[in-house]
Amino acid sequence: MTANFKGERIFTTDSGIPVKAVYTPRDFPERDYAAKLGAPGEYPYTRGVYPTMYRGQLWTMRQYAGFGTAEETNRRFRYLLGEGSTGLSIAFDLPTQLGLDSDDPASEGAVGRVGVAVDSLADMETIFAGIPLDRVSTSMTINATAPVLLAMYVAVGERQGVPAAKLTGTTQNDILKEFIARGTYIFPPQPSLKLALDIVEHCHTSLPRWNTMNIAGYHIREAGADAVQELAFTLANAVAYIEAAIARGLAVDEFAPRLSYSLGCFRDLFEEVAKYRAARRLFARIMKERFGARDPKSLLFRTFSGSCGSTLVAQQPLNNVVRVTLHALMGVLGGHQAIHTACWDEGFAIPSQEAATLALRTQQILAYESGLANTVDPLAGSYYVESLTDEIERRAEAYLAKIDAMGGMLRAIESGYIAREIHASSVRYQQAVDSGEKVIVGLNRFQSEGPGEAPHLFEADPQVEARQRASLAEVKNRRSRTDVKKTLQQLERAIRQNENLMPSVLDAVKAYATVGEICGVMRGRWGEYRPPAEAR
Amino acid sequence: MRVARVLLAKVGLDGHDRGLKIVAHHLRAAGMQVSYGGLRSTPEQVAEAAREGGADVVGLSFLAGGHMVLVPRVLAALARAGLGRVMVVVGGIVLARDIPRLEAMGVRRVFLPGTPPGEIVGFIRDNATAVSTEGVAT
Repeated sequence: MTANFKGERIFTTDSGIPVKAVYTPRDFPERDYAAKLGAPGEYPYTRGVYPTMYRGQLWTMRQYAGFGTAEETNRRFRYLLGEGSTGLSIAFDLPTQLGLDSDDPASEGAVGRVGVAVDSLADMETIFAGIPLDRVSTSMTINATAPVLLAMYVAVGERQGVPAAKLTGTTQNDILKEFIARGTYIFPPQPSLKLALDIVEHCHTSLPRWNTMNIAGYHIREAGADAVQELAFTLANAVAYIEAAIARGLAVDEFAPRLSYSLGCFRDLFEEVAKYRAARRLFARIMKERFGARDPKSLLFRTFSGSCGSTLVAQQPLNNVVRVTLHALMGVLGGHQAIHTACWDEGFAIPSQEAATLALRTQQILAYESGLANTVDPLAGSYYVESLTDEIERRAEAYLAKIDAMGGMLRAIESGYIAREIHASSVRYQQAVDSGEKVIVGLNRFQSEGPGEAPHLFEADPQVEARQRASLAEVKNRRSRTDVKKTLQQLERAIRQNENLMPSVLDAVKAYATVGEICGVMRGRWGEYRPPAEAR
Repeated sequence: MRVARVLLAKVGLDGHDRGLKIVAHHLRAAGMQVSYGGLRSTPEQVAEAAREGGADVVGLSFLAGGHMVLVPRVLAALARAGLGRVMVVVGGIVLARDIPRLEAMGVRRVFLPGTPPGEIVGFIRDNATAVSTEGVAT
């Protein structure tokens, strides 16, 4: 809410889209129903990707966790599986995400910190010890080094006697958003894109059940983008991947059904729900009209939604329980296939066990007590929500046209355009918070005295790093140096000849070459990326 | 009094720089000269950039828990480069118990999430050039 030059109050969504006092059938005429909405599970999928949605199957409550060593992660996974979970989600530490070994000086202080440390196949073998890979599905939040971690997973499967064709799970493998938001890129954009597509291509032939990419808007939103930019840039990234895969000779229906997506849950409930609905419709249209997809599965914008951590506030932290409940509500009303809820203490540390349980219980209460899951897309037909859905779609399309005119997303990223757009929104948002125009309860309004910090905080184990270094040293002693050298040379050759690198990476991980060594070979050929000053 | 020169840096592997960019925007808007070298600078690169740009202030941002390992390294690198008197401030997610430890190492001020940018600008404006003028004189 702000004021115009006449001093009248102007109401807008959290992203600045004007909101009228009342919406009527003029904002969403009944005759638009078939073309704009249609039945759930049918083109253009505005109402949902499946006909019965949560009546058929509830959303997956996917909580993101992981820390410490491979042994600790293995114990955690076995506990979760014992409790009836079938989907595992691995968070990796930053050195693993950035292609650095635990004994690299740059890794000090970061080993096992925001996720599990994986240096070699030995760590992956430990993580999945006693866990048959044909009975679980594993989601890996990994991007720049995704080919290496996927190869390790395949190698663990082989050793268990599970063929690659039977493996199910997801690699995030969305490198473009790393350049514009999340930051764990290593190589320049062009070879990075090549690596991401190596996975898409390799999975098409060898891991047909693997979800090759999760193209994510969440991180773009967290970097400061507004709802429209989040949607537009996520779709622009998707278009870039799809065009690149087609340029490699894959047919759109061969790989598109294995792409999945994620979007964030921010503050404005109706805007977020409208964003998810607009996303499904716009995506389906792009796939059908621009890429000529025929397989209905190619048209589905299957999504995972997550609470945006940046909406949580360190002051009066229990208020975050309410914010997270709203995030989950947006996710459910928005028709996501999987939902993550943040923990109320995330603002200051790795979440405590109690906070993690409460986040999951929040989803369970919505699922089983609130009646939310009884009918599909319950906000459909709201004059306001439909009008907002149209408006977000229109604005996102305008961005997409602009990016196309620039020569595509890779160029838009490299020129710094995307970074500038996000930064401008981020500054606008912060100014609105600073001026008090945007209210954040407990922060810029309704502050209260007293300690703002949570009493129970997870303590990172300082011994993790030493233990991981010791186990890496042991692996390096035990393995055949000749095999490591031979497979790394083979990888080098494959890079020079611009082959799909997955087979060579697979050979190298089986010889216990480390993440750092494999990425070292790639760094040698491609160098490391430093964004130009205008894109920082 | 001349314009303060502020070097903002992300050291270590943490990729969160939205807050740092917001701070950069406000410092620039307040007329200061600000430079930011992007993610994952090494302590040596920070010291080098501080020396080259004649920084009065080095602002470091940490949101992934690396501050207790990395801050001492940056301070050591600055000292080695003869820049021991450059004012160092830290922003980001820092537990309350770490704040006195960082201050004991030589960090002048720790800014926590939710700090109004105006407060950061004011602190740097009031403290930066004074320190540096002194530094130049010695």
